[in-house]
Parts: sequence; structure tokens; C-alpha cells
Amino acid sequence: MFDVSTRQGWMGLLARAPSNRVSHLWANFGPVPAHETLRSPEIGAVMVRGRAGATGAPFNLGEMTVTRCTVSLACGTIGHGYVQGRNKAHAETAALIDALMQTNRQSDLRKVILEPLAAEMEDARTTRAAKAAATKVEFFTLVRGED
Amino acid sequence: MYVAVKGGARAIDNAHAWLAEERRGDRTVPEMTVAQIREQMGLAVNRVMAEGSLYDPDLAALAIKQARGDLIEAIFLIRAYRTTLPRFGGAQPIDTGNMACDRRISATFKDVPGGQVLGPTFDYTHRLLDFMLAADGDVPEAAMGDPAGDPVPHVTEFLNSEGLIQPEPESDAVPRDLTREPLELPADRALRLQSLARADEGFLLGLAYSTQRGYARNHAFVGELRIGSVAVEMDIPDLGFAIEIGEITVTECETVNQFTGSKTEPPQFTRGYGLVFGQTERKAIAMALVDRAMRWEELGEENVGAPAQDTEFVLSHCDNIQATGFLEHIKLPHYVDFQSELELIRKLRAQAKAAGQEDAT
Repeated sequence: MFDVSTRQGWMGLLARAPSNRVSHLWANFGPVPAHETLRSPEIGAVMVRGRAGATGAPFNLGEMTVTRCTVSLACGTIGHGYVQGRNKAHAETAALIDALMQTNRQSDLRKVILEPLAAEMEDARTTRAAKAAATKVEFFTLVRGED
Repeated sequence: MYVAVKGGARAIDNAHAWLAEERRGDRTVPEMTVAQIREQMGLAVNRVMAEGSLYDPDLAALAIKQARGDLIEAIFLIRAYRTTLPRFGGAQPIDTGNMACDRRISATFKDVPGGQVLGPTFDYTHRLLDFMLAADGDVPEAAMGDPAGDPVPHVTEFLNSEGLIQPEPESDAVPRDLTREPLELPADRALRLQSLARADEGFLLGLAYSTQRGYARNHAFVGELRIGSVAVEMDIPDLGFAIEIGEITVTECETVNQFTGSKTEPPQFTRGYGLVFGQTERKAIAMALVDRAMRWEELGEENVGAPAQDTEFVLSHCDNIQATGFLEHIKLPHYVDFQSELELIRKLRAQAKAAGQEDAT
């Protein structure tokens, strides 16, 4: 479900992941690499939109909080973090992971952070879907009368 | 002349200090944490996010704590906070057809593909107080079924494929934004939907109920009600492509309403639409009914003078922060205003008395 092989995929995963899990897995990854902060973590809002009748013209539904951050590694690789909510450390970690994913540390990161995170989130999603499935109505018809 | 009156500072400071103490309540009772409110008062949190028009469960929970559970006050705090945030941009419209549904029911088709999924609902409970909740106790894990995994199609799609329901015109136009420009009438449907999505639940409930009782009756069926999570995607200029920036829970209600038709068009069902942040189904259903009532003009219906058909009336009064701001301001000092009224009424009475005495002589 969560595809961590593309940049879009890992950025989307990091945006939606629980902050405490990201910080925990990041701490296990090792020392923070040398980097420069190009844009310090900044909290802002994004206007979420819906469509009239689900498929028609867009309308503004309301905003959500988002935190973004941009870093550059010593080698010059730039990473962006866009994460839901207001956790600045989460945004900075996401930016660092995004930058490192463009380097030769890619496979380590996948193994230590992205894949476990994706598995956990997939697990949570499946559990919820399973609970919903248990509340699905199984209709049956009672036949009454002689004919 | 405006005369400033001073001297309230000490009283105000002390009032706020007492407010803080009253908010805390009996100190022998453990203090609630924001996380407890977020997790255990989830529907209050949802309402504050929806009407505060800012999706952030932690902030909504904090606002509820600060407001001592007064949800309109909490919504006020959220609205005030959101004005301080820079706007990073607008997301692509969410795809509710791809929702991971917790709940999905249809009141129109029993055997709808994807099934009737009840989800964590109050429906079919007996509304008897559960005194077990007053005692401590663990909750058993909910039962698990076998999830199908595929996205659940919208019910209106089936009607649409047969041409039985009025289609939604496709568009990718950037909608006007109430929070950026003052409301201008006539308001298009996008502006009306934005206004309804953040409107007061009680106000919409009353209006929607009025349409059911006959004030602009449009005989709504809940074609579909779904609650679940959807991804939010936004184009990132720095990257040159769109990424998911988060995931939100929303409630969507699509109503199927009475027909319209003309000499050129065969009879078709019409539709109303409700979409609200969080698990907020009463509000979503009410929104769909009021949306449908306000569409009378485009659907060629008669204006019967019902409140729910009056777009200007609805949009001007549905926002509880605007309403409470104006309503509650009349309790603040109006000493000078009132002084002038007092003087006027004394003068009028004196004149009336003098005129009476003249008549008597």
C-alpha cells in the first residue's frame, strides 16, 4: 500500500507517519548527519478541498496544519520535509531522511526506517478495515406464510 | 464624544485567575490531559475542528480544555489561532471515492456493492445510560472481519450510470475562499458549501429539519453516508510534483432528492451534498439537506419563501463565531449609549407630561 521506492512515496509516508514513531526510528538510525538548514521548520496551513457531489467542482473544506522544513547535506543534496501537524522535529527529520534517500544510504534507511514504518501503518490500517468489516450487515430474509 | 472608562484591570485579572481555578475544578480529582480529551472526547474534538475550520486534533483538544468544554468558545480559539498561520497553499480536492471507510451505509439500496458497514455508531443503541462507564474497566477489543481491501464505489455512481440522477458538472476551477475575501452574494455553490462545512451544527440541524417538516420540502433520502480517512495531496512547487501531506477523517453525505425534469430533459433525481471534517454525521446530513434547499434556483424550483432557500439568510447567520461575537458584545459596557437613551426617554416623558398638563387646562 505504502510505496517507499519513489520520492513521492517516502515523502507521503513521512508526512502521514506518527511523529513519535518517526523520532524513535530516526534515533535508532544513528548520529544526525552534518547538514545546513535552508528553511527552518515552519508551521502553516493548507486549504483542504472537496468536490461538490464528490465528483463536481472543487470547494474549500477547511484548513489543516502542516509543518515544512528544508535541509541540505554537506554533499549539497537537498531534502524537503512536509508533515501533517505542528511537530517541528518531525518535519526536520523528514527533510533529513528525504535528503539521505538521495544518497548511498538509501537502502539502510529503507530497512531501518521506511519499511518498518510502512509496515506499522499498513498494520494499523488493516486492523481498522477489519473492524469495519466485522460491522458489515449480512441481510437474510425471513419467509413467512404458507405460499 | 467618546469617554474611556478605566479601572477594570484588577477586577479582570482576578476574574481570569478565578477562571483558571474553576477550570481546574476540584484538585482532589486528577487533571485531564489534552491527549485524554483528544482520545476520549473524539466527537467534541471533531466538531471543534469542523467548525473551527482547522484539522488538528491536538489543537482542538487543547481548545476544549481551555474553554472548559464550551465548544463554541473552543471553536473561537481555533479560528483565532488559524489566522496566525501562513498559508502554504491549496490541496488537490480529496478523493472520497478512495476513502478507507470506517462506516458506509445507504438508506436507498439494501444490497449496495461494498455492503452496509455500520462502523462505530450510536445507531441501534438503546440510549440507556451505561453505569459501567462510571466504573473503571477495560474495553474488550472489537471484533475483526475480513476486509475486502478495494475502494468502495459511491452509490450515486450507480444512479448516474443509468442517467437517473442529475450529474455534477466537472470542473477544476479554483474555488473562491470565504477566509480570504468577504462573502459576496449571490454565492456560487462552492462558496455555499465552504460556508456550510464550517457552519454551526445546531443552526444547520434546525434548518435541515425545517425542510423535512415542509418549509421547502425536497424529500431527501440518504443515498450514502460514509466516514473514513482520505489522503490529502498538494503540489509542492519546490519539487515540481504532488505529494501526500497528510491524512484526514471526513464524513460525507450524499442525498438523493425528488425529481426535476423539463420538456427537454426526462425526470431525474437531484442531489444534496455534505462533507465535514471528522466523524460528524448529523452535521453532514444537515449540510446535504440545506445545500439541496439552496439549489432551488438552478434546479428551476419555486421559491416558497422558506428560510432554508434564502441563501443570504443562511450564509449570513450560520457562522457561530460571527453570531456569538455580535450577540455577546451587547453584554459589554454600553454605558454611554445607554446614558443617551436614558436622557432621551426622560425628555420625552417630560414633554408628554407638559403636553398633558396643557390639555388639562
